[in-house]
Amino acid sequence: MALEKDYEDIPGTFVFDADRSREGYQLNQFCISLRLQVNRDAFNADEDGYLDNYPMTAEQRRAVLDRDWNRLLELGGNIYYTSKLAANDGINFQQLAGLMTGMGNEAYRAMMVAGGRSPDGNRYQHEWDKEGES
Amino acid sequence: MARITAGVGCSHVPAIGVAMDQGITDQPYWVPVFDGFEKSREWMKAQKADVIFLVYNDHCTVFDASYIPTFALGCAADFAPADEGWGPRPVPLVKNHQVFASHIAQSLILDEFDITVMNEMEVDHGLTVPLSVMFGDKGVDDEWPCLVIPLCVNVVQYPPPTGNRCYNLGKAVRRAVESFDEDLNVVIFGTGGMSHQLQYKRAGLINAEWDKQFLDRLTSDPVALSQTPHVEYLREAGSEGVEMVMWHVMRGALDDEVEEVHRHYHVPASNTAVGHIILENVNDQGLKS
Repeated sequence: MALEKDYEDIPGTFVFDADRSREGYQLNQFCISLRLQVNRDAFNADEDGYLDNYPMTAEQRRAVLDRDWNRLLELGGNIYYTSKLAANDGINFQQLAGLMTGMGNEAYRAMMVAGGRSPDGNRYQHEWDKEGES
Repeated sequence: MARITAGVGCSHVPAIGVAMDQGITDQPYWVPVFDGFEKSREWMKAQKADVIFLVYNDHCTVFDASYIPTFALGCAADFAPADEGWGPRPVPLVKNHQVFASHIAQSLILDEFDITVMNEMEVDHGLTVPLSVMFGDKGVDDEWPCLVIPLCVNVVQYPPPTGNRCYNLGKAVRRAVESFDEDLNVVIFGTGGMSHQLQYKRAGLINAEWDKQFLDRLTSDPVALSQTPHVEYLREAGSEGVEMVMWHVMRGALDDEVEEVHRHYHVPASNTAVGHIILENVNDQGLKS
């Protein structure tokens, strides 16, 4: 019997479990390679050529080239890995959150200074469905 | 005999390290974060710890996706701050008590905690930020005031170890420490948290009420607290809030009866609720200088 994924009904969230890890393996290995300057230099000189070292899917590759931060997570990326790509681009964790939430940096920062996103209305997917979000 | 006299719970938000490294801690955004650690630094100094046993997680820095040890114990002579994508933090090399670490590794395995032994390892902000907030500014040419034994816990790929497992590991760490002959004062750190979610559309989640009950129950109800299911952390404290399981290792290593001597809580540091607590074993309070 499969293990129950009792966390799948949390809205706006990916839990990086073994299934996601398997799917995102090459993508995440690419991302972590960017923590070293020598690799950042190689990637920045020739993104396409550098990505040939990592046999990821065409969709994952497209999402990297497009810097489509949410798509990267949907395709098995994990935030601690994708943040290495963001760091390469000069984007820190808070700026990245501004992009992923679609709020933009200023509005997101203001929300955090005001105490962050409340858990109320954000615990279960059905609470978001009711609001017309997905 | 070595003994654990106190425990520290502490967030390890990377932006806190960046703020210290860039010398901007006096900016209005950061002042309330660092004010709460002033008393902690005095306490840390007075504690005269010989060794810190520091429970933290790596953030896909040293451990890539190719191998994911649940518990990895640092047994190398020293641990260099790692380049996490923006250059290594300009802080001192972290030095180990290598003989003590090896002793703990052997003791834990014979106590049925099958840890991974790390004979070479760099460390990321998860380990260096707690040292920075507790000891203050230290440059690359300085030294940390005490030795550090790192225990790295997987909290990136789900599932991390259960809170119960972490709590019991703390008890095994204590047995390992107390079976070491050298007279050493050990302080144990549990790091990470508190509530935060870094990813996707729910990023920015903060749950101050939940965090407060967590801090309260570390003293009043630690065993039941350690039974908190993973899904509660994920739902209530954000997907990255689950790293708080590491605090249970710290709590398990202390006496049943502890006294909370300091607490600090502030929202936000970047995306995260900063939480910090100092717990002392009541029976050890008379032993300090």
